[in-house]
Amino acid sequence: MSTTAEKHTSQLHYPSLPKTPTGITGLDEITDGGLPKGRPTLICGEAGCGKTLMSLEFLIRGAMEFDEPGVFMAFEEKASELSMNVASLGFDLDKLQEQKKIKLDYVHIDRSEIEETGEYNLEGLFIRLDHAINTVKAKRVVLDTLENLFSGLSNQAILRAELRRLFQWLKEKGVTAIITGEKGEGPALTRQGLEEYVSDCVILLDHRVINQISTRRLRVIKYRGSVHGTNEYPFLIDEEGIAVLPITSLRLEKEVSSERISSGIPSMDAMLGGHGFFKGSSILVSGTAGTGKTSIAAYFANSACNRGDKCIYFAFEESPKQIIRNMHSINVDLQKHINKGILQFHASRPTLHGLEMHLVAMYKLIKKFKPQVVVLDPITNLVTVGSVSEVKAMLIRLIDFLQDEQITVMFTALTLNNVITEQTDEGVSSLVDAWLTVRDIEFNGERNRGMYIMKSRGMKHSNQVREFIITDKGLDLVEVYLGPEGVLTGSAREAQKLQEQTGELLRDFAVSSKDRELMRRRKVLEAKISNLQMEFESAEEELNKMHQQEDLIKQVSNKTREEITNRRRGEHSDEKGGKNG
Amino acid sequence: MENIRTRKVEKMVKEKEAKAYELRLYVAGKTAKSILALTNLKKYCEEHLKGQYRIEVIDLLVQPQLAEGDQIFAIPTLVRKVPEPIRKIIGDLSNEEKVLVGLNIRPA
Repeated sequence: MSTTAEKHTSQLHYPSLPKTPTGITGLDEITDGGLPKGRPTLICGEAGCGKTLMSLEFLIRGAMEFDEPGVFMAFEEKASELSMNVASLGFDLDKLQEQKKIKLDYVHIDRSEIEETGEYNLEGLFIRLDHAINTVKAKRVVLDTLENLFSGLSNQAILRAELRRLFQWLKEKGVTAIITGEKGEGPALTRQGLEEYVSDCVILLDHRVINQISTRRLRVIKYRGSVHGTNEYPFLIDEEGIAVLPITSLRLEKEVSSERISSGIPSMDAMLGGHGFFKGSSILVSGTAGTGKTSIAAYFANSACNRGDKCIYFAFEESPKQIIRNMHSINVDLQKHINKGILQFHASRPTLHGLEMHLVAMYKLIKKFKPQVVVLDPITNLVTVGSVSEVKAMLIRLIDFLQDEQITVMFTALTLNNVITEQTDEGVSSLVDAWLTVRDIEFNGERNRGMYIMKSRGMKHSNQVREFIITDKGLDLVEVYLGPEGVLTGSAREAQKLQEQTGELLRDFAVSSKDRELMRRRKVLEAKISNLQMEFESAEEELNKMHQQEDLIKQVSNKTREEITNRRRGEHSDEKGGKNG
Repeated sequence: MENIRTRKVEKMVKEKEAKAYELRLYVAGKTAKSILALTNLKKYCEEHLKGQYRIEVIDLLVQPQLAEGDQIFAIPTLVRKVPEPIRKIIGDLSNEEKVLVGLNIRPA
């Protein structure tokens, strides 16, 4: 009971290991916040892998961005050389020294000048370091290639004892230190086993050349008391310093959008449940050569730009001018979007640099331009600079990054075999959210294009093959005809359509003759009806006539009778004479 | 006791100008090693360079800024400023042979 309480309080006291952000792109993400604060970190690696630069950037960024002055103690390069080296990265080391934000101290050790006799210690180094730290009130310290001491001095026992003391002293000083060390033979991380002394954080840099293309990699070997990414991460040294590329999230916890964006082809949107792709999803368009993958991609980019979204088009096969010209033929004007500044083309040969470099370059461009839509055309060519698994790893990272940023991406990929491609393209098909395949359908002496939606996650989509037509008005999908011999496309489809039209005409004709017959019969009947009616009318008239005659007769006879009666009685004045006589 | 003697020597040394050998001993406080080094040095100088040398003792605890100029990292360090080229001998100077060779007093 008491132990748990104790545990609890201790947790409250030390919520987490305090860290010092390096300010180096990506490194802080891998180390979950930076290097251990107030402790030494070892950066080791072979010659030319970027140890000095990384530690120097740590110092410069500390001074410029985090207001933490630093001391750089160089055992290898002179201060002037260092300034020159980082000037190419846009850092003004001399100015920082003048501002007392950074202190460079070059420790020159030359065996030929030095004679050792008897006991000594490295107190001089401690004093120098202490003095430098006090001068700029440093929070960060770099000891660049401390192992040079071993080449300058022969008494190893003293050196080792003094190094142990040095690291202890650095911890007491509370400075965040980086010690660099050259990679040793065999499994040893450093030549002199510095990793024995620096036990808090060890970072290994590596520089490998595979297929004539070099890639720098970084790995956090050890980070006591902290979670960290354990993979090898590629990094890049360019004009803005070092950029490490982590797989942006090791977890799959991305925001998702149910917003849809159009593919640019209304009939394709209709196949995708009527609205197109999900925003922030990844789309793969695969197909054999000449099936119009680039056209689909260009249409997609064009529709994004028409909506006012920004788009980056990475072309690995054709030059931007070539694409713009070619797309004119299908009534797509990409130039106007470029002029408006909402479309950017980035064309590079895949062999220009390694995959990681491509990735980092894309990463940086995307970060800078902030597009809503990205097109990679085609990813197949990247295989020329890396193995399939490497390309896949790179694309995973890219997709992860893009999904985090809610950017919709379309890849195109060339499939080489003409057999229906259940085989995945660069192994990427399991990663993407939607996969369209354009396939050649060879039939009736023609090659036509059939489009399938292989998959589309999270939406109703058509299971039908559509014929994919490229005309000078643009792209369209039409329903294919299913004839007795299978799917009909191209002119066979047209023929079928004509045939059906003829049939319709014939039917129409048949129908109309029947109608006329009906009309005629109706007319005859109607004529008959009117005849009968007329007959009826005349019969009625006859009858009426008889009735009237009868009435008339009745009237007349009545009158006559009355008159006769009156005469008999002789009452009637005018009839008196008659009666009397 | 030791302190007084050191100062005496320094005073004595300073009075003599432009010697053939100008030596500088860097120390950090009066540690056993520093004292041993200074005693050793004075002994050798008296034996081999009588009247031709000057010893300057610099305590880096007092003047840490001087460490950078002469590229000092080990303590104690003896620097031969004159005659050129500059030579450095680190340690408590307990090996007379090495010191003399190092200072070019005796050929190797």
